[in-house]
Amino acid sequence: MPSVLPSNPSLSAGEERGVSVASLAPGADLTGFRAAARRLIAAGFPPEHVLWQIGEAPGLFDSAVVQTGGPPLSLPRAVAALIPMVVPHRDPERYALLYALIWRVTRGERALLEVASDPLVHRLHLMRKAIGRDLHKMHAFLRFRRVAGGVRETFAAWFEPDHHILEAAAPFFVDRFRAFDWSILTPEGSAHWDGETVRFGPPGRREDVPDGDGFEAGWQGYYESTFNPARLNLDAMRAEMPKKYWKNMPETAAIPALVRQAAARTTEMIERPPQMPIKRDPAKAVAAMADQNPTSLDELNAIIKRSEPLVPGATQAVLGEGPLGATIAFVGEQPGDQEDLQGRPFVGPAGQLFSRAMQEAGLTRGDAYVTNAVKHFKFTQRGKRRIHEKPTAGEVSHYRWWLDRELEFVGPKIVVALGATAVLALAGKAVPITRNRGPFAFGGKPFQGFITVHPSYLLRLPDEAAKAAAYAAFVNDLKRVGDLAT
Amino acid sequence: MDEALAKKLRVLADAAKYDASCASSGAPKRKAGKDGLGSTTGAGICHAYTPDGRCVSLLKILLTNYCLFDCVYCVNRRSSNVQRARFSVDEVVTLTIEFYKRNYIEGLFLSSGIIRSPDYTMEQMTLVAKKLRREHGFRGYIHLKSIPEASPWLIEEAGLYADRLSINIELPTDESLNQLAPEKSGATIQHAMGQIGERIVEAKAEKRRFSPAGQSTQVIVGADATDDSAMIAKSSFLYSTFGLKRVYYSAFSPIPDASSALPPQAPPLKREHRLYQADWMIRYYKFSAQEVADATDGGMLALDVDPKLAWALKNRHLFPVDVNRADREMLLRVPGLGTRAVDTILKARRHTSLRLDDVARLTSGLKRARAFLIAEDFKPSAGSQRLDLRAQLAEPAQQLSLF
Repeated sequence: MPSVLPSNPSLSAGEERGVSVASLAPGADLTGFRAAARRLIAAGFPPEHVLWQIGEAPGLFDSAVVQTGGPPLSLPRAVAALIPMVVPHRDPERYALLYALIWRVTRGERALLEVASDPLVHRLHLMRKAIGRDLHKMHAFLRFRRVAGGVRETFAAWFEPDHHILEAAAPFFVDRFRAFDWSILTPEGSAHWDGETVRFGPPGRREDVPDGDGFEAGWQGYYESTFNPARLNLDAMRAEMPKKYWKNMPETAAIPALVRQAAARTTEMIERPPQMPIKRDPAKAVAAMADQNPTSLDELNAIIKRSEPLVPGATQAVLGEGPLGATIAFVGEQPGDQEDLQGRPFVGPAGQLFSRAMQEAGLTRGDAYVTNAVKHFKFTQRGKRRIHEKPTAGEVSHYRWWLDRELEFVGPKIVVALGATAVLALAGKAVPITRNRGPFAFGGKPFQGFITVHPSYLLRLPDEAAKAAAYAAFVNDLKRVGDLAT
Repeated sequence: MDEALAKKLRVLADAAKYDASCASSGAPKRKAGKDGLGSTTGAGICHAYTPDGRCVSLLKILLTNYCLFDCVYCVNRRSSNVQRARFSVDEVVTLTIEFYKRNYIEGLFLSSGIIRSPDYTMEQMTLVAKKLRREHGFRGYIHLKSIPEASPWLIEEAGLYADRLSINIELPTDESLNQLAPEKSGATIQHAMGQIGERIVEAKAEKRRFSPAGQSTQVIVGADATDDSAMIAKSSFLYSTFGLKRVYYSAFSPIPDASSALPPQAPPLKREHRLYQADWMIRYYKFSAQEVADATDGGMLALDVDPKLAWALKNRHLFPVDVNRADREMLLRVPGLGTRAVDTILKARRHTSLRLDDVARLTSGLKRARAFLIAEDFKPSAGSQRLDLRAQLAEPAQQLSLF
């Protein structure tokens, strides 16, 4: 690759005037680099006048060594984000390249990073990519082994990254494995999680990690079985999982044999003549398989009963109530506080009002089927009170299947939707109530439809006169329903 | 890990491997709770690769390979003589947790043969996911293969615990399905896909969790007579109708104990590869299914050139395209330029005029691209008009190194 850096002036003893030496710690010394870059930019050192030294004890160039920082640099966000992604690269030129970038960005080329075709930007981009890949492979290919003993469950792993990425890689493992203690050992350093914090320590040794794990044989068996010999493609495997990683991955021990046998296994599958089925002819089971649908309302109700509420909190599912074959079915929104506790529909204040209105309309509640679109109470807890919360459209769809089946079993002549939620459940889409109040075709249903308000709406009206008028209209609706049903 | 469980694992991994999907991507980013286990990173991670070049990301297994269905292409059909096994719910949970702790996997991909009834089977699968989430606080990835024949409320429940739901259409036409998978019905499959698709959209709008990584499907390539144009038309329909995240193409592969109705043959891997590329064209390069069809030779994608190149070769009058001036849509149609290259080109050219060397730094596909583009210092001589261009750009026949 051609150099993308301005060449350093050649240095010989006594000639280092105008040249600054920046000494940084081995590995990924982000803090050191930041301090050096601030100082050098503040002092106006162009990239070709800076010598970057890694891991050397100060002394050689004592006079010019940069030890303290300068004022913070204001860099475009993309540049600031790039720096920590390049600093872990093992290329000794990394700091010089980053400094050259900072220099140009602070000297007028603010948008330099957008010019991906620029040789310097291109090179840094490749380095960032290499770090990204190294991190990704460490997250992917590191294998933990269980460490015996200890109060808390403990695992350990040995890994050899290409670059100085241990600290950058650790947060991934913290986010994922909080449940147990773990140590990751590398030739450059180690990371240890104790359930609270992650601590970085000195290099580890491969021997410090257990030499096996009780699940490795099972895992290798899985690896072997999930391989399809008819699709052998070694280049693709090696491109993504280069050989250098294999020694620390237990399953890769299976590779040579899998490759060796692949051709023969495939030929044998292709050439083997079809066999007669020997044992199984589960004719009865196949016939019985179709029989899974609930065949009665009781069976359906059993399914509803054992299901959990979509939104957690409800005491129980509240099932529909009333005789099979009822002429009229009423569908409300969802059980309220009282219904949830008693396990019966329309027993709370709105339910009592509903019963009264039915009576005034000349209908007998016991003759009708009464149920809800949503079978569980949804609420927000406020102090000791459970405040009803309207089900969302998605929640209503979630419960629709049951309502449809339920009404199929009951087989009413007319179904009355009480309020918007019931309409949504029956029509499958939102329909404005006020404009469509009265007889309504829900579409594709074997019964007549009717839309009216929910009785709880009547309870919520603040003005007594309005309340009385609305109640009268509701009773009137119920009378019409009665007429339609006969 | 005890021997009996290890043995079952071998049988039930072997039985699941014909499902191509192993992606662990698309889930919202999650971290383990205090003292918890599991996270998702968004992009997904491949924890190993098998010698077939495939990614091992999820523990991909069947709950059982006993099956009442008799799909001719399937190794687990009821008339097959393969060895059978069945995991208990707890065994799958244990395997997932223990493998996950050792960083072998991103999570679980669970499918199953149909036992007793579709409902029963679906309930058992959902129970695994529910136990992982509830009893183990597991926040890793879960992909459940849904059973379209199961009652709709069971699919509703599965979506609460899974990151991704999928239903395989298996064969692209109803006719093939009738012939090769007698217990399956195209209408049932599409109905269930529609249900999942709707629920995903609603949940997203209501900020609830329902299969947040979307749904996917798989179609078998080479088991029936469907050509590539029809295959891509079908995919295009599935993407637009059900909002699918992915359609996986799975070359019909030899299986142990094959049926006489569908004798085994070497899998059409190159064709599968071309279908993935054509699929990419409709998802990322904004080609219509019809345009992809126009690039085929009598309905089949060329094997010696990729489909985007095939399209460009048939539409030479639209090229060359100026990298410094053309709009995004047209740049995306240049062979050898991917979405990432195009986006960097668009950014860079705001500040500089791109020369051919510059373009070379932005894409690895310059060899294919150069006959179709103009740069600051470059015009393809008579390049894109040359008759032998296709021969020059064709891939050597052995590129996939199959055997």
